[in-house]
Amino acid sequence: MKQPSRNVARFVNWVEGEEVFPVPEEAERNQKPRKKKAPVKAKPASPEKEKRIFALVYDGISVVVCLTVILTLLVTVSWLPRFGGQDNPAENEVYIRYLEGELEEAGAINAVAGMILDYRAFDTLGESNVLFIAVCSVIILLRADRNRKTGALNIPELENRRALQPDDSIFRGSAALLVPIGILFGIYVILNGHLSAGGGFSGGAIIGASLILYANACGPEKFERAFTFRTYQWISFFALMTYTLLKTYSFYTGANHLESHIPLGTPGAILSSGLILPLNICVGLVVACTMYAFYSLFSKGGFGNGQ
Amino acid sequence: MGSNLFFNYFEATAVIVFGIGFTILFLDRNLIKKVIGFNFMDSAIFLFLASNGYISGRVSPIFEDGVTAAEHYINPVPAGLVLTGIVVSVSVTAFLLALVVRLYLRYHTLEMDEIVALSRKEADE
Amino acid sequence: MNLVQNFPFFCIMLYLAGGVTCCVLTPKASRAVCIGLNLLVTALMAAALAFTVRSGESYVYLMGHFPAPWGNEIRIGPLETLMGTAFPLVMTLTLLGGMDHIFEDVEEDKINLYFTVVNLLMVSMLALVLTNDIFTGYVFVEINTIASCALVMLKYKSGKALVATTRYLIMSLLGSGLFLIGIIILYNITGHLLMEPMREKIHELYLSGNYAFPLTVTVGLFAVGLSLKSALWPFSAWLPDAHASATAASSGILSGLVIKSYMILLLKIFYRVLGMEVVLSTGVLNVLFVFGIGAMLFGSLHALQERDIKRMLAYSSVAQAGYIFAGFGLGTAEGVLAGCIQILVHAVTKPMLFSAAGGFMTVSGGSRQFSDLHGAGRRDILSGIAFTVGALSMIGIPLFAGFATKLVLTRASLATAGWKCVAALSAIVLSTVLNALYYIPAVALLFDKREAVHISGVKAQPSAVYVLSLTVFMALNFFVGLRSSLLTCILEAGLNVFS
Repeated sequence: MKQPSRNVARFVNWVEGEEVFPVPEEAERNQKPRKKKAPVKAKPASPEKEKRIFALVYDGISVVVCLTVILTLLVTVSWLPRFGGQDNPAENEVYIRYLEGELEEAGAINAVAGMILDYRAFDTLGESNVLFIAVCSVIILLRADRNRKTGALNIPELENRRALQPDDSIFRGSAALLVPIGILFGIYVILNGHLSAGGGFSGGAIIGASLILYANACGPEKFERAFTFRTYQWISFFALMTYTLLKTYSFYTGANHLESHIPLGTPGAILSSGLILPLNICVGLVVACTMYAFYSLFSKGGFGNGQ
Repeated sequence: MGSNLFFNYFEATAVIVFGIGFTILFLDRNLIKKVIGFNFMDSAIFLFLASNGYISGRVSPIFEDGVTAAEHYINPVPAGLVLTGIVVSVSVTAFLLALVVRLYLRYHTLEMDEIVALSRKEADE
Repeated sequence: MNLVQNFPFFCIMLYLAGGVTCCVLTPKASRAVCIGLNLLVTALMAAALAFTVRSGESYVYLMGHFPAPWGNEIRIGPLETLMGTAFPLVMTLTLLGGMDHIFEDVEEDKINLYFTVVNLLMVSMLALVLTNDIFTGYVFVEINTIASCALVMLKYKSGKALVATTRYLIMSLLGSGLFLIGIIILYNITGHLLMEPMREKIHELYLSGNYAFPLTVTVGLFAVGLSLKSALWPFSAWLPDAHASATAASSGILSGLVIKSYMILLLKIFYRVLGMEVVLSTGVLNVLFVFGIGAMLFGSLHALQERDIKRMLAYSSVAQAGYIFAGFGLGTAEGVLAGCIQILVHAVTKPMLFSAAGGFMTVSGGSRQFSDLHGAGRRDILSGIAFTVGALSMIGIPLFAGFATKLVLTRASLATAGWKCVAALSAIVLSTVLNALYYIPAVALLFDKREAVHISGVKAQPSAVYVLSLTVFMALNFFVGLRSSLLTCILEAGLNVFS
């Protein structure tokens, strides 16, 4: 039981900001050509006492802020309608139509899917774009840079973050068993998003998690030969573009009171509920790729061999 | 003070967690703890929302056996809002963590005030 | 429905598609797409503006097949279309003015992502201006948050930009957390998310006196949350670093446009969601007014001490944002009008100042310190002129744009009685003096004959787009200054049908 406790201590140290893994000398030298980094742990030699008083005041302020926020909100909560009540203000005509009119108007068995992808679709379109812009920001921050002159990747930056790759046959075996099931289940969740609990976001997250498991167990090289950064970009491009175009059509017809030519089908059938199924597929693709991209960028700053 | 504080125990828990998360995000000096505080805050909001939509004795809004009468199901709106909130929270967490990785690679510390001090020194040189 | 009425909706969708497209293009192609898109949207929104001004009414555009309490919708009137025309126009000019710096400061592989981010930022700002649904507002606030932080952090090679981004992001997240919990409490007591039905319900509650405490708390949460994000004075500590350490175009965009979109959202929430009587009964406007006055004075005092040109401009943004909040805080229609005019005035002036500052940095070896900028205006004569125009406009000299604000704000404060009138008038006078105290020495220093010796100063070779951008900016400034009555008319019509 020695090992885990040391790992915990290491983690705690890391969270507290202590240096736990050695940084390669070379990285230090190559990273900033302009100047040498200032010594890391050189604390300013200010009087200890002053520092302690400051820390005390700071903690005091934190407690006051925390208690003010909590107390104000608690009093607010005490005035809110009762939990689980049947006549609460939120149980009004809006919610009744979302449930009772949903089958004729959106055609999904899952009323939540009908609500977010049909009645309140603009929110959901915005939401997928939040995910997209987050992944763009992570790419900007973590994707390995190229040297401006030679075009070579800035390897030391990568080395710092090279993922630990265990060569463990139990891990590999269980991953081989779990990954296909996980991907199949993810596809099921996406395709049944309008019929049962689930949908693009949850299904995409399941597929993404399976891909990450595979990459961790068997190494990402084989997979990333097919799935390069370019592929990732084109998949998100096509999925989000399809999403935007489909919704443009639907919003346009809605606002101009034109007839929408999208059949709703029989509720309960797999090909039903109009646009919800294709939208779920688009969302699922984006989410799955995004999850894998997050993993890939955080662990090694890019896809494949720095592709 | 209103009369419903003890009936709304989910909301009450949620706002307490929200307050804690808010304070950590605002005033803690450690960046990883700030990220954790942010997640506290958002999870508290989801709990608040989810308890808003609940109506006692009803089931989740997935139609069973063709019954669509509203009195069988809970309110679907908060579920949709929670879904949106989760996606936003995942995105922001990823962005924050990426920033933390960059800052750590550069300054080799996670304490915000040390980082600020180091970055000031850097500009002075 | 008239085809023109679809244009604002097309603009939102065009930006969404443009953002995704820029992600897969080369840097040059994505630049072309982004600039082209901004020009197209300016034209489309101008057509919509002409339409709404002629009809003098605002209309609701359904985002889907379902009307008010069920489906998302956007609402379009003269005020919204005027902002919607000004924002992409300013965005185009700012991007053109800072284009050389973008290509220098950003990694080559990531320049297309810069334009992706810009497109998504524009989506979010348009959506915040147009939306008629409070939760849609929240979603786009988050896009706006991430996009604006990404604009700062694109210069991540500089440690300062990274630190500034982190602080900016954390303050923004605190703001959006408060905003979100406010929305949820409101949903809990009204059961609506669309603005019109929500306001009817809140009006009922207000009259009956039910849920008075939660209502007051929500007003406070919205006010604090959104003023955190729009850098109202005591919450503005993050702004100078964030705006100063970004690349020139990003600074202009953040100062000129981003903080404005939150103010419009706040205005919208006050007028369309909560209703003015609820807001007035809580007294939150008085707090905003006092903070606005504080911003006008303290922002300028900070700017006065600053030795770094971009940080000085950033502090000046804090002060100018104070004018907007002071206008809103007066609580009268004229006050809001003054706030809206200031939004436009600042949007056309501050990006020009930041572009010019970028020009000075180019001819002064990349330094931002005033001590190195002696004579920079002589080395780069065009930027010098533009900076002078901007400075005079910020001080509020007649003929320039800034004068319009001072005029309307003075008129608005004279129309109010009591302490607010006195406070507002004295703040305007004091702040004008303070503005003059730091802008005039800056201009004098830029045209100083004794050039800084230790800097390898070079003569400017401005690119064609830079010249174009600054010229159009100056023309816009004069236009706003000389024809402010036109803007006042449009804004008055817009505010009449705003709520």
